[in-house]
Order: sequence, then C-alpha cells, then structure tokens
Amino acid sequence: MNESVSIRPHGDGPAVHHERGQRSVFCGLTGIVWLHRKIQDAFFLVVGSRTCAHLIQSAAGVMIFAEPRFATAILDQRDLAGLADVHDELDSVVGRLLERRPDIKLLFLVGSCPSEVIKIDLVRAAQRLNAKHAPKARVISYSGSGIEKTFTEGEDACLAALVPTLPAEPATAAPSLMVVGALADIVEDQFAGLFKDMGVDARFLPARRADAMPAVGPNTRFILAQPFLAETARALEARGARRIAAPYPLGAEGTTLWLKAAAETFDVPAEKFEAAIAPGLARAQMTLARQREKLGGKTIFFFPDSQLEIPLARFLAREVGMKPVDVSTPYLHRALMAEELAMLPAETRLNEGSDVDAQLDRVREKRPDITVCGLGLANPLEAEGLTTKWAIELLFTPIQGYDQAGDLAELFTRPLARRSRLEV
Amino acid sequence: MQLTLWTYEGPPHIGAMRVATGMKGLHFVLHAPQGDTYADLLFTMIERRAERPPVTYTTFQARDLGTDTAEVFKDAARAAYERHQPRAIIVGASCTAELIQDDPGGLAKTLGLPCPVIPLELSAYSRKENWGAAETFYRLARGLAGERKQRPVRPRPLANLLGPTALGFRHRDDVIEITKLLNALGVDVNVVAPMGATPDDLTRLGDADFNVVLYPEIALPAAQYLEKAQGQPYTKTVPIGIGATREFIAEVRKIANLPADAELPTSNLPWWSRSVDSTYLTGKRVFIFGDATHVLAAEKIAREEIGFDIVGIGTYSREFAREVRARAELNGIEALITDDYLDVEKAIADAHPELVLGTQMERHISKRLRLPCAVISAPTHVQDFPARYAPQMGFEGANVIFDSWVHPLMMGLEEHLLGMFREDSEFHEHASHLGASSAPAPAPIPAAEPTAAAAPTAAAASSPVEPQWTEEATKELKKIPFFVRGKARGNTEKYARERGLTTISVGTLYDAKAHYGR
Repeated sequence: MNESVSIRPHGDGPAVHHERGQRSVFCGLTGIVWLHRKIQDAFFLVVGSRTCAHLIQSAAGVMIFAEPRFATAILDQRDLAGLADVHDELDSVVGRLLERRPDIKLLFLVGSCPSEVIKIDLVRAAQRLNAKHAPKARVISYSGSGIEKTFTEGEDACLAALVPTLPAEPATAAPSLMVVGALADIVEDQFAGLFKDMGVDARFLPARRADAMPAVGPNTRFILAQPFLAETARALEARGARRIAAPYPLGAEGTTLWLKAAAETFDVPAEKFEAAIAPGLARAQMTLARQREKLGGKTIFFFPDSQLEIPLARFLAREVGMKPVDVSTPYLHRALMAEELAMLPAETRLNEGSDVDAQLDRVREKRPDITVCGLGLANPLEAEGLTTKWAIELLFTPIQGYDQAGDLAELFTRPLARRSRLEV
Repeated sequence: MQLTLWTYEGPPHIGAMRVATGMKGLHFVLHAPQGDTYADLLFTMIERRAERPPVTYTTFQARDLGTDTAEVFKDAARAAYERHQPRAIIVGASCTAELIQDDPGGLAKTLGLPCPVIPLELSAYSRKENWGAAETFYRLARGLAGERKQRPVRPRPLANLLGPTALGFRHRDDVIEITKLLNALGVDVNVVAPMGATPDDLTRLGDADFNVVLYPEIALPAAQYLEKAQGQPYTKTVPIGIGATREFIAEVRKIANLPADAELPTSNLPWWSRSVDSTYLTGKRVFIFGDATHVLAAEKIAREEIGFDIVGIGTYSREFAREVRARAELNGIEALITDDYLDVEKAIADAHPELVLGTQMERHISKRLRLPCAVISAPTHVQDFPARYAPQMGFEGANVIFDSWVHPLMMGLEEHLLGMFREDSEFHEHASHLGASSAPAPAPIPAAEPTAAAAPTAAAASSPVEPQWTEEATKELKKIPFFVRGKARGNTEKYARERGLTTISVGTLYDAKAHYGR
C-alpha cells in the first residue's frame, strides 16, 4: 500500500511524487451538492445505499431547509436477493418522483459503488426511462461512485454525460466560445459581461436550465473554468470542439491569462481586450495588495482533495507571496495542468494520489502556517496547533475572476487572523 | 428500493463508528470504498471532536476490485495495528464491501494480531445506524466481558452505565447527571460504556451489581446479554423528565436494595410549570417525533409535566414501534412509524401544531412551515452540541427541557397583545422574536397562505366541491396571528366541508372558531 516514488517531470514544473494509501477524500457523489443548485430544473437520483444518502446529506447539511433536487433510491435486501427486479423498481421510483416534481426537466441517474459492484446498467435504464419520459423530462446517467470517482471527478462525469445530448452546431456556424465547469452564477455573469465587452458571445456548460444547454460542433472553442474536467474535455473534443489551453481563472494573473487565451483565439484586438479587463484587473490588484501584506512569506500545505490544489498554490505563490511547501492532488492531468505546472515554484513538493497517514506525518513535521484539508481532518489538526482551511469551502464559494480574487485570498487570511485574535 | 431525500439514521457501520469513536484504545478497521471516509466529519465537525475517529478505511477503488481487495484489507489492518497499537480491534464492512464478500473477520483472524479482534456482521442492506451501534456494543460486551464474576456484598453497590456513544444527543451530559444522581443514591459507577471506556474496562463489566440502560436503542442487547451471562439486572426506566426520574430512583433502590432516605437533588420544573406565568402553556398543541426513547419521554413530560396537548407522535425506531403506538393510543391519536421525512412533513402540516419537538429534520420542516421547534432527539446538528452543560436526564435535565421547549414559544402576554391588535403594522410575522424573518419563503406544498387567486388545496379529494374563501374572509384570516393561522384555516375548511358550504365568509370563519373553540 504505502509507497512513494518520484519521477522526472516531462516538462516544466516540480518533480511529482506518487503516493498510494488510505484516501481521505469524498467520492464523486458529492458534486451533486452544488450541481443540483446550478441546473435549476435538474434532479439527481442516486441509485445506491443508505451510505450514499447519508454522505450527501452530511456534506450538504447546511442546505437542508430548501427541498433538495436530489434523492437516493436505496437498494435493499430484496433488490440484492433478486426478489425485486431492480429495473422495475427503478422505473416506479422515477415515475413517482417525476409525478411529484413536474418542474423537473432533466433527471440524472447517478451510479454509486453498490450499483456498480452489482452491475446495474444505468445507461440502459436511462435510455429506457428517457424513451418513456422525454421530451417532458430527459433522463441521462453517470457514475459518481467512490470506486471510480474522486470528489470533483463527479462533476466531470456529470458534464461528460451531458455532452452527447448537447444540440449540434452546424459546421458552417461561426466560431463560438463555450466556458466549461460549474461556476457561481455571479461569476458566470461577470465572465459573460467581460467576454461581451470583447465582442465574444460566451456560452456556459452547464447552463442554468436544461433546455438552455449550449450547442457544440467543429467550430466550438471551449475553455475550462475548472481544472478537473478531463473526461468532459475529451467528450467535447469527440464532438469536434477544440480546447483553448490556459491556466485557470484564479487570481488576477490567472484570470487575465485565462481571458487572454480565449480573446486570442477569437482575435480580439489587444486594445479592446485591455479596455475590457482594465477595471476588474485594477480592483483585483488593489485587494490582493492588501492580502499580500498578511499572507506574504507564509507556508501552505495542501492535502489532496478537489484537484484545485495546483492552481490555488500557483495563485497563492505568485500573487500573494505564499510558499507552497507540499501540494497533493488526487489526480494530475498533465495536459490540462501544463500552464499551471510551468508557473508553480520549482521547489514545491508535488504529490499525486493519497496516503493520508504519510501526509499527516509530513504536515506535523513541516508545521505549515496554513493547511488546506478535508472536514474530517480540520479540527484534529487545529487541536494540534495547526491553522487549517476547509478545502470544500473553495468549491462552495465564488472564487474565480477578478472581483473574487481578493475574496479568495481572504479565505486564507481569515483563519490566520482568527488565530491571532483569540486569547483563550 | 426506497426513495429517500433525507435519512434519520445512517447505515449500520456509522453506528459501529459511534461506539468505536466513543471508546478509547479500540480501533475499527472498516472495509470500505473511497468516499466512505466522509463519516469522519460527523464526529470532527458536528461533535467538534479534536481527534480523528479511530477508524482505518481500506478505501479500495475499481482497480483493486480487479486484483485483490482481500489483500488491501489485510495490509490496512496490519498497518492500523502498527500505527495505533490498539488494545482491541473491531473489523467490518460497509455496504459496498459487504457485496464483495471478503469476510473481514476471517481475514483479520489469519493475521494473528496481538490483540483481541472482534468481527462485526453489519447487514448494510437491511439494518441501520442504531442497530449497528447496538450490535457492535453487544459484540464487544460478549467478546470482552469474560466469565461470570463473583461479586462481594458491598455497602455501596456498583452499577455500569450503558449506552452513551459518540455523536449521541446530550450523552456527554446525561452521563454526568446520572452519575451524580446514582452517587447521591448511594451507588458507585463501575464502568461507563461505550463512551469513555477502554477495551480493558469492558473486561470489568461483570464487577457491577447491576446495569443502568441509558439508551435502550443502543444498550438493550448488551444489557440483556449481561443479565444472562453475568446475572446483572438492568434498569427499564429512562430517567428523562421529573416523573421518569422519580420512577428511575425507585427502580434503582429496589434493584440495589437501598433505603429511601438519601437526600436527593431537586428540579425547578415542577414550580416553573405551576407558576401562573406558565398558564399560557396549557393545551398547546405539540407534535413529537424522534427516536423512541426520547419520544416516549417527551410525551410524558408534555402531557403530565407541562400540560400540553399531543396532536401527533411518531418515531423512526421501528424496533420500538409497539411502545410508541401504545402511547399514541393513550392520546387518542395514531402513531406515525416511518423513516420517510416526507411523511413526517405531511403529518406535521396536517396536525397544525403550535410546537414541534423533533430532530434536526423536524427543525427544518418547522422552518419551512414557520412553526416553533425544539430538538429532543438525534439526528442532530452542530448547534445541538452546546458548550454549556445541558443534559436531558435527571433533575437538571428536566430544567433544561423546560427552558428549551418553552423558549421557542411566544410568551403569554405577547400572544394576547398580538391577538388584540392584529392590524398594528409592526405585528406582522417578521416582527416576532420567533425569527420567522430568517425563514425561507413558505414551501408551496402544505399550509401556504390562501390567496383569493389560488384556492386552498389541502385534502380536496374527499369533497366534491371545495369551499372557496371570499375576499373578506381571506383578509380576516390574515389578521389571525400566523402561528395559529394554519390551524384556523384548516378548521374553517373542515367545518365548511362538513356542512357542504361552497363559500367561506367571515361568518363561517367565526362559526368554525366557536365550534372548535376550547
């Protein structure tokens, strides 16, 4: 189990260590917590166990007061023993659900560890149910199971499953821009406005409504707003779209480079680009200058969690002067991360995979100023005198773009400020 | 296959974790896929524990399924022993690992680890969290308590406190309160378990003269086993509320052969309840839902000690459905035995209670329905683990219960003023201290405020013609304070339907008020 080997990097950036051991990380079902709010007429039905239901409810506990657009069809002894036909049961659950929620236009059947181990064919189930309920409600499936998907890979699987259902854009269409990855609505609006100022009409995947999903075709150029969307990128490329390579829009520099990569693809004149970004960039630089005073020179350690670790470390190192001492990511997609790796300080220890015990040993040895980790580790590490930041907050908070750059840095300032205030 | 939005109980391995995390020196090796480690956050975040739960997850992935997950388990168990040096290990499987049938118990045996290894069969597809906790505790007691012990006659008898676990509703403080009470009665506490006990402590369980079962959902199988194996009687009364605490004291005195002369602590509840300020509590309509232990206790307190009316009662603990049904009958109502959150929401909306006593789920249902609510049972949230001492059991527990049930309600005089001057523009619902202003917009399903445009929809099926509200009647209804408006509306519509009225006028509203008036 516990092994760590290092290999030479293929291109720029630090050497990568590979770790294998206990993985203290959410499974792919967790993405439902934000996806079900992003797509306002979609419903996520997990076909799984009581554990799946309990996981989503525990991760989403804070949002419980709104009726959720997700649920779990819990498999029981009868389903496993073959006393009940799983597909008949599923059909009736879906029927009842759609009857109760006529507002649902898009239903995701989400596979789980148990549904995969007992090989329930959800792709076929989705086809069958789609034939029955479309066009009123379309039904598609993807897997969020922990044996297949680590945390944010669940969003990747969900968006990848959407891609084949996107409308086709004719080969004669003018080039179009698609921004890929679930963003907070406010961030999406800001980016749409910036692109509009540059004369580019940007569309977003996922859209906020099931019937507003963007079309795709050979003239689609897409840019990833989140770094964990490898499967979605492949699916878009399979439909002829081409990816715009860029770092991710975290921080002033990251946002500028990201916007610039898109602008260059669409031949936006330099003056027009500069004019569009100038106000936002100035605001971001102003707020970051204040944060730099508080964060400059501080060390930071990332446990593997959301796959945002590398872009975050790059942002914190280059824009507020922090020192990333140990950065772990569950998976490293070199192609999608090439621009980021090139900007990461060469002395950073970079790890792919997870071995939580080994990581705990290292964090205790290095005693960083801030540790970014999962909710299960945060309080125990605080009790050991380390200052922590919950990784999941970085997915529940608008952090991309110019006007959130200061907020993003502030997420790291606050735990430090809190520790220095308290006299108890 | 059961459609579930929110669950009252987690899977059985969460129950096993609650036992292991409550104990010291015990380690749990759980065969489970990547992702099941989410359970750690229940303990570190909700309960604010400062240590990671003592659980090693094998976190196998798809690529391991193709090779050898059994080997993954053995490696994890060996590494866990080396790293944590526990005094005993429990091994089990979560739902997915149960399907791949690796037999963690058998595998662990082959490792020859130098400590007791107790296998658990957790039946993830038919059982739930509390059962998992009870089964785990029973297996531990059975595995570690040893042969029947000879007990000397002691001037102060010894008792074990059984049932408290990690993540239990007020377990931390109940243990302190009941220990104090037992000490005052002349009883010393031998072992508290699972919470705070080591595996070595469990080998001393047989030294006690009797067992106190604090939470039957968790402790009953272990107590029944110890009765047989160690000849230890156990208490049947759960000391929540004044009456129950007095019964518990009598029961302990009988079991332990103690005279009834010790000076005992007292409670403020009886006088607080008898003082005139509490008159307004009389006949308030309450809905009670939670685990069976807390529901049964709350029913008795609500009825006998505060003077409420019980308009709904139910539990998600199917194992104790019979007791809860019997208690419902006593109140002339039918018990709601379900773990379907939507059923509970509907029952609450239909019952129009003035106070809901429930779990974290009912707290949210109440927010949606704009009803005051107090939490009486797990599942709970971070705010149900207060910094202060707040037991539910014993005489101090009764004080805590009085305060926490009464505070969400509107005070007597405040209620009168609202009734007298309904048109005062500052007397709308957002001005209330009940905090309705922070609640989200009312859900469209039950008890939405009627408007002239949208006809009320509740229970339409039984009547051929649904009575329509006149504009004046709708306006008049809005003058009724919001916390009783739902009930007034329901009663008026029922009254109209029963008389075959097609319209509801202001007169109908007041006819119904007179008809149903207390």
